[in-house]
Amino acid sequence: MTNSEKNRLKDKAFQVFGVFCTFIGLVVLAIFLIDILIEGFTRIDWEFLTNLPSRRASRAGILTAWVGTFWILILTSVIAFPLGISAGVYLEEYSKKNRLNSFLEVNIANLAGVPSIIYGLLGLEIFARVMGLGGSLLAGALTLSLLVLPIIIVTTREAIKAVPRSIRDASYALGASKWQTTWNQVLPASFGGILTGIILALSRAVGEAAPLIVIGALAYVPFVPTSPTDEFTVLPIQIFNWTSRPQADFLVNAAAAIIILLLITFILNGIAVYLRNKWQNKVKW
Amino acid sequence: MSKKFYKLESKNLNAFYGSFHALKNINMAMEEKAVTAFIGPSGCGKSTFLRTLNRMNDYIDGFRVEGDILLDGRDIYGRDVRVDELRKEVGMVFQKPNPFPKTIFENVVYGLRIQGIKDKRVLAETAENSLRQTALWEEVKDKLDQSALALSGGQQQRLCIARALAISPSVILMDEPTSALDPISTAKIEELIYELKQAYTIIIVTHNMQQAGRVSDYTAFFYIGELVEYAKTKTLFTSPKHERTQNYITGRFG
Repeated sequence: MTNSEKNRLKDKAFQVFGVFCTFIGLVVLAIFLIDILIEGFTRIDWEFLTNLPSRRASRAGILTAWVGTFWILILTSVIAFPLGISAGVYLEEYSKKNRLNSFLEVNIANLAGVPSIIYGLLGLEIFARVMGLGGSLLAGALTLSLLVLPIIIVTTREAIKAVPRSIRDASYALGASKWQTTWNQVLPASFGGILTGIILALSRAVGEAAPLIVIGALAYVPFVPTSPTDEFTVLPIQIFNWTSRPQADFLVNAAAAIIILLLITFILNGIAVYLRNKWQNKVKW
Repeated sequence: MSKKFYKLESKNLNAFYGSFHALKNINMAMEEKAVTAFIGPSGCGKSTFLRTLNRMNDYIDGFRVEGDILLDGRDIYGRDVRVDELRKEVGMVFQKPNPFPKTIFENVVYGLRIQGIKDKRVLAETAENSLRQTALWEEVKDKLDQSALALSGGQQQRLCIARALAISPSVILMDEPTSALDPISTAKIEELIYELKQAYTIIIVTHNMQQAGRVSDYTAFFYIGELVEYAKTKTLFTSPKHERTQNYITGRFG
C-alpha cells in the first residue's frame, strides 16, 4: 500500500468515525423517546392532565405538577429576567475593564457550571430558612433564578456584543446618554438574542428536580397552588417520585409525564428558535 | 485690526491611548462657516483629533487628553461641560452610513426624541426641514415610515447628515463621509457640504486629496500624531512649506 493510499484510507476512516460520533447521541435519544412514547402515550388523556395525584396509579394525574411547573416558569422569569439582563448590560456597556470586573466575569462563567444541587442547598438556607419562605413556590423560583442567572447574563452579553459599535456611536453623537443609547438602540437590537437565551435558560429550569427537592418541594400535593407562597410540586419531581414506586402502573404514569415535560421543553426551544430567526431577519446591518 | 473669529481652537492638545501618544501638541484654530479638511496617512491621528472635538473618545478605556479644545472660547473638556449638551452643538457623521434600524422618520427625529420633545408638529417640521437641507425630501417624503436600511448607501449617508442637522448644531464633524460611497453619491455629498457651509462650520477627515481640494477652504496635514502643516487649501496644495506635505500630496507616500 502506498503512502497516499494509506492517507486516503485514514481520511475515509475518520469520516466514518465522525458520522458515528454525530449520530450516537441522536440514536440514543431516539431510542429513549420511542421507548417512552410506546410506554406512556396511551396513558395521556384529559383526566391524566386534570386529576390530582392519587395513591392509585390509574386515578393519579399531573394537574398539580404541571400547574406547579408553569407557576415556577412564570415566577422564575419575572425574577431572573430583570436581574440577568441588567447585570449583562452593566458588564457589557458600563463596567470598566479593571481587575474587579474581570474577576466578576470569570466567576459568573464559573457559576454556570456549579451543580444544581448546590444551588438547592443555598436556596434551602437563604430562601427557605432565613427568609422563612419554606417549601413555597417563591422559594423554588428564587432558587431556580439563581441557577439560571449566569446563563442569562452570559447570553445577554453575547447578544449585546453583536450590536455594532457604529449604532452606539450614532446615538452618542446625537447627544444620547449611555442609558438612552442602551434603552433605545442596544436593547431593541439585541432583544432577539436575549430572549433566546432566556427561553433556553427557562427550559433548563423546567427540567430541574434536585434543587427543588432540597428546598422541600413535595412529591404529593393534593391541591393546586394558587399563590406564590403555596407549597408545590413540579413535573420532574412527580416523575422522580413515580419512577421510585414499585408498581408497574406508576412507571407508565411516569412515562406519560415525561412526554408532557418533553413537550413543554420542546415548545420553549421552538419558541427560542422562532424568535432568533425572526429577529435575525428584522435586524440586518 | 479686528481679531478673526474662530469657532474651534485647539491649544497644546495631547492625546493618549494608554501609553500610546496619539496626538502631539496640536495647536490650530478653525474658522466659522468654513470647511476645514484633515488629511494624512492612516494612523496619523486625524480621526482621533476629529473625535476629540465632540469627545467621542470618552468611552474608550484608557483614552485621555491634555490641553484645551475651545468651542466658542469655552473649554469643552472643562468640568462644567455636559457631553450631551456639547454634542447638540457639535454633530457628527461617520465613515460608514449608520442609520438606526428604524423608520426614516424615526432616524431623523431621534436626537429630538432623546431630548424629550414629543410635539408631533415640531417633530414633523424638523424632519421635513432636515431632509430638505440634505436634498433627500423629494426622494423619501412618501416613505417616511419605511425602514432606513432599505435606502441606498448614498441616501443613508444623507439621512445621517439630516439626522445630525435635526438637532441644529453649529459644527458638523465628518469622518471620511464618502469613503464607502460610489462616485455619484460622493458628488452629491460634496455638493451638500458646499451648501451646508453657509450655515455650519464643517470639519472633514478625508483620505481623498482631490476631495479635500474640492470641498475645503483650509487643510491640515497630520503625520504620526503631529500637525505638520495647516493653511488655506489652495496654498497647501500649490506651495506646501514642508517636504513631507509635498511628498504626501503628490502621492509619494500615503
